[in-house]
Amino acid sequence: MAIRLEPRSEVAQGMIYGSPLVAVAATLVSGLVLFAILGVSPLDALFTFFISPVSSLDGWTELFVKATPLVLIAVGLSFGFQANVWNIGAEGQLTIGALAGGGLALLFFEAESVLLLPAMMIAGILGGMAWAAIPALLKTRYNTNEILTSLMLVYVGLLVLSWLIHGPWKSPDGMNFPESRLFHDQATLPVFVSETRLHIGWLIALAVVLTGWIVMARHIIGFQVKVIGMAPMAARFAGFNENKIIWTALMISGGLAGLAGMIEVSGPIGKIQPMISPGYGFTAIIVAFLGRLHPVGVLFAGMLMALTYLGGDAAQIELNLPNAVTGVFQGMLLFYLLASDVLVKYRIRLAPSAPIISKTGPSK
Amino acid sequence: MIPDWLTPAIMTIVTASTPLVFAAVGEIMVEKSGVLNLGVEGMMIMGAVAAFAIGVTTGSATLAILFGALAGLLLALIFGLLTLNLRANQVATGLALTLFGLGLSALIGHAFVGETFPGLPKLDIPIISEFPIIGPLVFGQDFLVYMSVASVIFAGWFLNRTRWGLVLRAVGENHDAAHAIGHPVNFVRMMAVLFGGSMAGLGGAYLSLAYTPLWVENMTAGRGWIALALVVFASWRPGRAIFGAYLFGGITILQLHVQGFGVAIAPQLMSMLPYLATIVVLVLISHDVNRFKLSAPASLGKTFHPSQ
Repeated sequence: MAIRLEPRSEVAQGMIYGSPLVAVAATLVSGLVLFAILGVSPLDALFTFFISPVSSLDGWTELFVKATPLVLIAVGLSFGFQANVWNIGAEGQLTIGALAGGGLALLFFEAESVLLLPAMMIAGILGGMAWAAIPALLKTRYNTNEILTSLMLVYVGLLVLSWLIHGPWKSPDGMNFPESRLFHDQATLPVFVSETRLHIGWLIALAVVLTGWIVMARHIIGFQVKVIGMAPMAARFAGFNENKIIWTALMISGGLAGLAGMIEVSGPIGKIQPMISPGYGFTAIIVAFLGRLHPVGVLFAGMLMALTYLGGDAAQIELNLPNAVTGVFQGMLLFYLLASDVLVKYRIRLAPSAPIISKTGPSK
Repeated sequence: MIPDWLTPAIMTIVTASTPLVFAAVGEIMVEKSGVLNLGVEGMMIMGAVAAFAIGVTTGSATLAILFGALAGLLLALIFGLLTLNLRANQVATGLALTLFGLGLSALIGHAFVGETFPGLPKLDIPIISEFPIIGPLVFGQDFLVYMSVASVIFAGWFLNRTRWGLVLRAVGENHDAAHAIGHPVNFVRMMAVLFGGSMAGLGGAYLSLAYTPLWVENMTAGRGWIALALVVFASWRPGRAIFGAYLFGGITILQLHVQGFGVAIAPQLMSMLPYLATIVVLVLISHDVNRFKLSAPASLGKTFHPSQ
């Protein structure tokens, strides 16, 4: 007897949505083992990690605050991933977006204008786009792998941030801490649930989800992206402009990552500091896959991943665990998701080990 | 007269380059077999934390090195099972490997922050090791440096001069043809992936045992990704990879020394150099589409379905 993968004649629609659930369940079971190894009561730890952070209204608002950048970035990334454009430098685009938007807040520090916030948003989007334009240009003009260039630019972007807050943008009254001045109210995103940190950035993220959904379902760009991803040869014969798709994918994902960065500095943070994001740009990659590269799926996946951040904080405070547990959970989840995705295209059969010539499977 | 700083400067270049040599040579073997493992960074950092943890608790450098390689190998095994057996997307799985490795290493390393390791013993031959420059450079390194050079020679010999090297290249160029004439495609690929993992683990071990001898979260700082770029830079040839690795090691050390000489440039701007150099090098190598396609393994990153 051997386990054999038999190609399905058609992609299993049910498993497309079932496999994330399988992955989450497997992650929870592994979590029990992980907590036992770390020497804490597994069930208590699981409760602290996944239930207690969202057992109050406050908890939910914090969840939305953390989910905002994840959802924004992942909607953009899933667009590119469908067309096999692998922008993995969203963390860098987020940083430059935060610097562009936050820089405007510092430049017009005393400004009393309602236009400041919209201008900062546009600056954030443009900053992220500019950073993503580098891999786009190098890919389309010089055939350079966008995975490596976009990732290298993450490190460069973080160094730009470090340079600015240690030098030109350092707060004059900050007792020599490497951070900027605290933004004025005019440059801070309004909170819409009083006495919490839930700012209008969450509403923007929801609007982006809705827009992304419509674009993917109705706009020609959404159609082209899907065709390129599923049948690159067909796309070439149909005369789709490959370079245009690469540019569009990188501009959308870069712009949204930049917007997420601007929202972080003018929302929950309120200044420019050495660490703007705890790796949102990378976690968003997992969010995009977990959400099945679909804006609505991304919304739920983003909330789940936000929960792992809150859970990590809670586990650190209440159980004295290092909050690196969050990263382990996120990585594990992606592994299990990729593993259970085999069910989408294949049936698992217990079969005699004699080779059987199987039918042609779905082409890839 | 030889200035006093020259020999130590060259020695630090060797130390900075060795992790890149290991990781790049390992990845060349993987990519030559047609598999793109983007998880080098994750395998390196796991090698770094495992080697450091074992080194500090047992005090044995040998055990530390072994466990560093083993950690990289185990992570590579996950990658192999997912991409080869379960046919998962290689790009996504590689990214998962890196994210998981960074998280798990931080979790394991938490208990070892602030500990130090005495470093690796260096070869010391009386008189010969004391020759100016050549002495310490050629006869005064630690064991892993010699091993990194040996691994380059081994990889070059294996790929170009052995039967199994030929099979590995055939599998990487056209897996359907290789399968048709009876070569075990997935077995060859799994071996290559495991080799790549242990080499990345060794590179990581070198970082935490010799380069910094301490554990810092995220201490690989993108070296795994630079190693991936070096593979492209080297046109998938081990001999060129060691050249590229030393070039990058040199740039890394150069920017540290320029800061030491009191040049009035912000240190952050100097620290960008290795990353910017990587981008420039990639552009130079990739812009000629035809030459690029000639040197890249033709089946690189494609999933193998035996029945089709």
